[in-house]
Amino acid sequence: MTSEETPVGTLPGTGALLDVRDLSTKFDSPRGAVRAVSNVSLSLERGQTLGIVGESGSGKSVLSRTIMGLLPRSTASVTGEIIFEGEDISGFSDDQYRQFWGTEMAMIFQDPMTALNPVMKIGKQITESLRRHMGMDRTTAHDTAVELLRSVRIPEPAKRFDVYPHQLSGGMRQRVVIAVALACGPRLLLADEPTTALDVTIQAQILDLLEDQQRERYMAMILVTHDLGVVAGRAHKIAVMYAGRIVESAPTRKLFADMKMPYTEALMSAIPRLDAPPHTKLSAIRGRPPQLVNPGPGCAFAPRCPYARDLCSEERPVLRPVEDDPDHLFACHYPVDSAESIEIKDHLRAEQMVAEAAGGGDSDGW
Amino acid sequence: MVIPMAGSGTSHLRPSEKPLLTVENLTVEFPARRRKVVSAVSNLSFDLLPGETLGLVGESGCGKSSTGKAIIQLPPPTSGTVTLGNTELTALSGKELRQQRTRLQMIFQDPISSLNPRKNVFDIVEEPLRIWNLGDAEERDRRVTECLHAVGVDVDGARERKPHEFSGGQCQRISIARAVVTEPELIICDEPVSALDVLVQAQILNLLEEMKQRFGLTLVFVAHDLAVVKNISDRVAVMYLGKICEIGPSEAIFSNPAHPYTEALLNAIPVPDPSVQVDSSDHLRGDLPSPIDPPAGCRFHTRCERATDVCSRVEPQMAPVGDGHYVACHHPLITPVEISGSVGTSVTPAD
Repeated sequence: MTSEETPVGTLPGTGALLDVRDLSTKFDSPRGAVRAVSNVSLSLERGQTLGIVGESGSGKSVLSRTIMGLLPRSTASVTGEIIFEGEDISGFSDDQYRQFWGTEMAMIFQDPMTALNPVMKIGKQITESLRRHMGMDRTTAHDTAVELLRSVRIPEPAKRFDVYPHQLSGGMRQRVVIAVALACGPRLLLADEPTTALDVTIQAQILDLLEDQQRERYMAMILVTHDLGVVAGRAHKIAVMYAGRIVESAPTRKLFADMKMPYTEALMSAIPRLDAPPHTKLSAIRGRPPQLVNPGPGCAFAPRCPYARDLCSEERPVLRPVEDDPDHLFACHYPVDSAESIEIKDHLRAEQMVAEAAGGGDSDGW
Repeated sequence: MVIPMAGSGTSHLRPSEKPLLTVENLTVEFPARRRKVVSAVSNLSFDLLPGETLGLVGESGCGKSSTGKAIIQLPPPTSGTVTLGNTELTALSGKELRQQRTRLQMIFQDPISSLNPRKNVFDIVEEPLRIWNLGDAEERDRRVTECLHAVGVDVDGARERKPHEFSGGQCQRISIARAVVTEPELIICDEPVSALDVLVQAQILNLLEEMKQRFGLTLVFVAHDLAVVKNISDRVAVMYLGKICEIGPSEAIFSNPAHPYTEALLNAIPVPDPSVQVDSSDHLRGDLPSPIDPPAGCRFHTRCERATDVCSRVEPQMAPVGDGHYVACHHPLITPVEISGSVGTSVTPAD
């Protein structure tokens, strides 16, 4: 049905919309500098979706807030370039950012309750930015806001204009947050775990809505999530983050067809599958993401990696392209399909079969 | 058999198989403003055999958490019976009920707020034993150490550290240790993995499965993620607005959903495979109607594509569609079967 990956650079009005180069974010802490984001480079075309995937503590939210310019200057130090429409915005002043937010770039957050002002009617929260950025008068802003509420499929938008956030369900609130974000027609929308606080059915609705709006407005989107399932059918490109670095990035189909990084594989195989029988043991890697103060010399994932060897804890692998494919980058000494890893994988599988044979027989369904 | 006037019936119960837990005609109501009543759970019936895991699944507001809480009588249900083994919990007085408490435990959604922030973790896990005066100090120590060890929490660290020094996943492990320490028969898990990342979620699901084998537990697993529920459950009950719309063996529910709502829930799960096209026309529209004034007839008819006139007038009754698989729907996706026997399905293999 869909055309295969559109080659980069063939869309009308091209050139990357967003080009992040060697971006690092550090926070001061009593224990030393926390390197939340390290040397991240990525680019995003107009109208496209980039999925940023990783678990809590991988730096994905800090990265999106850095791009958005939302981090407090007193504690966060940012280096590198954030080029938006050919202009480096990383050095923007607060005033410049204020002009920029909403009209060029907007963000939606995970928790729709805390993202909205609880003591302000939802209509006002939309008209606020319309009046400020677009210079609309009261009635035009009102009508536009009602239209926006309608476009995010809030039933009876004219009536809902005058309700407070607590009078709406979680899914409805997230729609309002989206309406606020879309109000001034941003060219880039950053969605930071927009559906994590929602039910699956509402998650599907919200993701559909984002996709429709994106297509209609030819807007680019960065979708941040911990669930590879969420981005699989929605993103053109995926970047997997671990310990503040991009460890693998590729066009979505390529990534799923040919994962190189053991961490990507781990994220993937931890998802319970509907096509697997009940009580299938999930492959869960041990441990948690590392502390980001004074990282060691090796690969940050090595302590949790089933395929790690000595080299992995000694030398950090650089992000390099797959042979003949400059679009698919990964950072690993022994990628998932290397002979070394396959050897270990076979070994683990054999061990698991032995364990299952020994432990089996005590439960047969009921 | 007399068909009850309200509710979806009890034909799916299995009294002949000696269930550990039987819930019959459970109703949970909360007072709302202007003398209205929120009916969170209406006439719900299900049972659970020893060693079985029942998944309760549905959207927020469908009453699945209220059901879990009503089972442990916190608060007691408005009406209906909950029977654990031979004890009818709903008939007990406060003191008698307290004596039964060690048999039931609960694990909550938010692992951090469900642990006392001012106690160290070892004391948190030991507390149930101290309350019940189980064993002397040495035995308690041994038991807590064993449980913490079983869930993979460092025992020495637990003696010194408080919950906030642990991650969400670790806190959920501690909750599990606290739940199993009194050797309960039944554990209610109320969305235990919803607040966790996929990787930690996988760890906790595996751990629950392991604990179940090791301590011989029976679980009620409340969740909104069908893929998670399928992974852990033997039997699944799909709930909508305070009622069960479909119940059956895990495999049957997922490979052969009979209720349009179950199918809609299945379609909403994001598939981690980019070659699977996301079809938004399959996605359920709208929100859950208000439980203050639930729709008449089948409660799902306002969002159902198969709904006809009868759905808005007559409440569907539980009818069998397969072995142990029941659905309450006027227009199920698979046709109901006639059962020859009266109650319960016989366990004769190959028929």
